[in-house]
Amino acid sequence: MDAMVEQGPEGSFVLGKVDDLLNLARKNSLWYMLFGTACCAIELMQTGGPRSDADRFGMVFRATPRQSDTLILAGTITYKMASRIRLLYEQMAEPKYVIAMGSCANTGGLFQESYAVVNGGDLFLPVDVYIPGCPPRSESLIEGLMLIQQKIEKEPWLKKAWTNTKNPKDPQIEGLL
Amino acid sequence: MTSEALIDYVKGLLGDKTKWADPEAGDNFLTVASEDWKNICQTLATDKKCSLTYLRNFTGTDYPEDDEIELTAHTFSYSEKHGLIIKTRISREAAVCDTLSKIWPAAIWYEREIFDLLGVSFNNHPDLRRILMPEDWVGHPLRKDYKQQETYRGIPTTRPA
Ligand code: SF4
Repeated sequence: MDAMVEQGPEGSFVLGKVDDLLNLARKNSLWYMLFGTACCAIELMQTGGPRSDADRFGMVFRATPRQSDTLILAGTITYKMASRIRLLYEQMAEPKYVIAMGSCANTGGLFQESYAVVNGGDLFLPVDVYIPGCPPRSESLIEGLMLIQQKIEKEPWLKKAWTNTKNPKDPQIEGLL
Repeated sequence: MTSEALIDYVKGLLGDKTKWADPEAGDNFLTVASEDWKNICQTLATDKKCSLTYLRNFTGTDYPEDDEIELTAHTFSYSEKHGLIIKTRISREAAVCDTLSKIWPAAIWYEREIFDLLGVSFNNHPDLRRILMPEDWVGHPLRKDYKQQETYRGIPTTRPA
């Protein structure tokens, strides 16, 4: 940011790409959806609490998908829930990001052999960041969110927004919409 | 009632319609024929001295070697402070049984669970739908010969290597 500030005769001004300014705003208001499916959600709450205080990075929770930028898969996902999560994801406005938090959301975790548990969130959602742990500590979740910030920083969003941004690798759930 | 007194009382009440577990086998339970299932449960729930008004747990077990599914109801009486376990066995192929939901409304959800996981249908159940698995799931996971489908709505059920 400092590099963008130029000194002029009547004060300083900022010279930069619109993309950079947009990304600066976007990465510092990374709102996440208050949504959890199992024990990892406890750690998600902890991350929003005063000790970890995700708020200091501009990350506040929203209780609706329509105002959220990030979907944190916090917990074990069953097949019955998967369709509902996908529906929540579809309701989020672009640009949106997905974090798989904990072993369960990464691979099914210790319930991988179960008949009811999806073996990883990336089988039905485009996951951006995987956080290992059972559950991951709130520091890890903050780090995961910061990785999303780094990703946002590099994104040529304006260019991306003009083109069709549909990710061809995005897995879907059949017959949902 | 103490557990022994209750067993004696129920033996007197139901006569030769019951089979009792070997006393060494841990918790004492009685097994009844599936045709008597509903009536006996009704009797035990409404009889003044038994008054087993609370269905604590209701579940099923698959026994493919016997070709049978065993249903187990754990009941309890808050007024008399005693409990009783009642079992019945039904055939694995037909897998039908009378509902207990008119006696204990709590059975509605338990029976949905047994229907979902073991494929037992309950006659006259008010709302027999799957409860844990999605509506369009194939098969009943707690049957011993269950094979999971390979994909569900395009989601692979095993993690690709
Ligand atoms: S990863 Fe561990 S803590 Fe997180 S939902 Fe799974 S079992 Fe719970």
